[in-house]
Amino acid sequence: MSSIGTGYDLSASQFSPDGRVFQVEYAMKAVENSGTVIGLRGKDGVVLAAEKLVMSKLHEPGTNKRIFNVDRHVGMAFSGLIADARQIVDIARREAANYRSQYGVSIPLNYLNDRVSMYMHAYTLYSAVRPYGCSVILASCGEEGPTMYTIDPSGVSYGYHGCAIGKAKQSAKTEIEKLKLSGMTCRELVKEAAKIIYLVHDELKDKNFELELSWMCEESGGRHEKVPEHVFLEAEKAAKQAMEADSDSDTEDM
Amino acid sequence: MALLHSENRPNYPDYATAPTQHHFSPYADNGGSVVAIAGDDFVVIGADTRLSAGFSIYTRDQNKLFRLSDTTVLGCSGCWCDTLTLTRILSARMQMYQQEHNKTMATPACAQMLSTMLYYKRFFPYYISNILVGLDNEGKGCIYSYDPIGHCEKTTYRAGGSAGALLQPLLDNQIGLKNMQNVKDSKLTLERAAAIIKDVFISAAERDIFTGDNILINIITKDGIKEDSFQLRKD
Amino acid sequence: MFDAAGNPPPFWHNGPTPGGLYNFPGPKTAPSDFRQHSQAPVTTATSIVAMQYNKGVIIAGDLLGSYGSLARYRNCPRIMKVNDNIILGAGGDYADFQYVKDIIEQKIIDEDCLDDGFKLKPKSLYCWLTRIMYNRRSKFDPFWNNFVVGGLQDGEPFLGTVDKLGTAYTDKIVCSGYGAYIAVPLLREALEKNPTPSKAEARALVEKCMEVLYYRDARSYPKYQIATIDEADGAVVEDLVSVNQNWSLAHMIY
Repeated sequence: MSSIGTGYDLSASQFSPDGRVFQVEYAMKAVENSGTVIGLRGKDGVVLAAEKLVMSKLHEPGTNKRIFNVDRHVGMAFSGLIADARQIVDIARREAANYRSQYGVSIPLNYLNDRVSMYMHAYTLYSAVRPYGCSVILASCGEEGPTMYTIDPSGVSYGYHGCAIGKAKQSAKTEIEKLKLSGMTCRELVKEAAKIIYLVHDELKDKNFELELSWMCEESGGRHEKVPEHVFLEAEKAAKQAMEADSDSDTEDM
Repeated sequence: MALLHSENRPNYPDYATAPTQHHFSPYADNGGSVVAIAGDDFVVIGADTRLSAGFSIYTRDQNKLFRLSDTTVLGCSGCWCDTLTLTRILSARMQMYQQEHNKTMATPACAQMLSTMLYYKRFFPYYISNILVGLDNEGKGCIYSYDPIGHCEKTTYRAGGSAGALLQPLLDNQIGLKNMQNVKDSKLTLERAAAIIKDVFISAAERDIFTGDNILINIITKDGIKEDSFQLRKD
Repeated sequence: MFDAAGNPPPFWHNGPTPGGLYNFPGPKTAPSDFRQHSQAPVTTATSIVAMQYNKGVIIAGDLLGSYGSLARYRNCPRIMKVNDNIILGAGGDYADFQYVKDIIEQKIIDEDCLDDGFKLKPKSLYCWLTRIMYNRRSKFDPFWNNFVVGGLQDGEPFLGTVDKLGTAYTDKIVCSGYGAYIAVPLLREALEKNPTPSKAEARALVEKCMEVLYYRDARSYPKYQIATIDEADGAVVEDLVSVNQNWSLAHMIY
């Protein structure tokens, strides 16, 4: 990305001579400026966690959420431009509602993922539009078991056991790789997710943030919802303790 | 051929071979009567509270007087689903007027608007007989009565609804002092107007099965709207 | 000319009766640019019986789906819990009910997705139902149903009904179909003696009404649902209540 566009970066409908679509790459840049979001898929469900950066102390806590419900059993977390993401959420909700009205059952996540990623991909094909400046994690826990996908601005999507998007996705991925995901329960994963978000948060650059945690598992009855208050507080406490223990050992090293 | 279609054979609808036809009518007659009497500085309007369809009474406690402003009240009887729709649109229009002009719509303006709204549905009318009452710009009591498609007439007394045809001649006689000889025209007081409304509703409930249960009365003066109610026979 | 009995022939052969309408011979022209709407119910459900008690609302309806006079479907539930505030019963065309039910259920899912703590209230659903019913009757394509909405709003019990025209009213007693003729008088008499029945008293009354309706309404069925809603127990739909039948009287009737 060090090269400049030299005229090929003004439209999403044109390749550069070396085969790149700059507008899409710029959209991915927009995602990397935004707070980290991770998804962990365990043996009994999926946990989503988001680092919501708070730009001003004047903001009301709990607003501009970064984890949404798409249907009863589907959750979506995003990183990137919130206004773009809301449109994706709306599309996903419409797809889910439409599927239910047509077939009378809830939408399978692989189908929803296909539809949403096709939609996002369509916005990388025309000069009149710009790609979406957000990546999303889609997750559900239905009959087919826990499932999770991420879609990035190019419209590409992959299924994951553990994934991270946003600012600190690299270090978050490194942390996730240390976990034995397929053997863990959501109860355990909630704590790990909180720890990772706290760990990868860059206190120097971004002062304040809010942690968001949601899950879908047996305990939530297969529904996607915010983790209950006591689970949240417990996870946040464990994360803060881990951070303190970490910084203590850091000072000892010195 | 004639033998097959014997006139004497009983008609069993369940065994008919011809397809049954349910015809759909978008209207219903839900009954109810409204009476209004105006004086120099007041106007009284009353409506019964029975909501019915044919021989069944849906509810004995249905208000049919709609407050459009502090000086304007609309009484509706006829097709109840149309009444619900019309009054809902009316109150929205009242609010729009208030917000656009920064003042409440006067009764004569209301009356004109109602007429226009009814005529707008000329070829699929609201099946309602409306009586709009209020105080005009001089504070005088006034009554506007309508047919379902928006014809509007200003009067000083009016009966409408299922017992309208029964009560109007009674009002002509008692308030208009019509068809009598050697009567003195005295000024109508609020007390007498309210008493007449109760009396005529009692008479209506005796003869009209669609009118009964209770009446709700709204008395509009410069001091505001006062409510009153009165029991009628419930059979 | 004259027949065997010597009667003269009719004065006017093969023509219209004097004053009758004349049909011209030749091809008939009929308008072709019209749309015919569904004008009759197909599979139907019969009465709904509903009343308020001191702190809540009770709604009952049987499980039969009639196909004309044929008792065709014997498990057609038509009382639903909409959310924690609302229960809904329906009579009339079963397909129309299922269609409206799907729309309402999607409304509730949409609301849950927003997760702003707002829950649909009974008066709002009642008002919304009057609007859709009125709008469809105005298109001459009505939903052939009676809906009964029960619920709690601001701690007060609410009971309202809407028919296929959009005629709507609220009352302490609401019955549709044959219930309007058979159950309403029974309930009104009971309520005159005891204006604030307890939950148990109301339930006994409604069960009695369902029994009488089963004896008298040929399109009824002895298995029915009862839903109750109040602050103490929340919204509960009991799916299989049976009429306590007693036919001993039948031997005395000839």
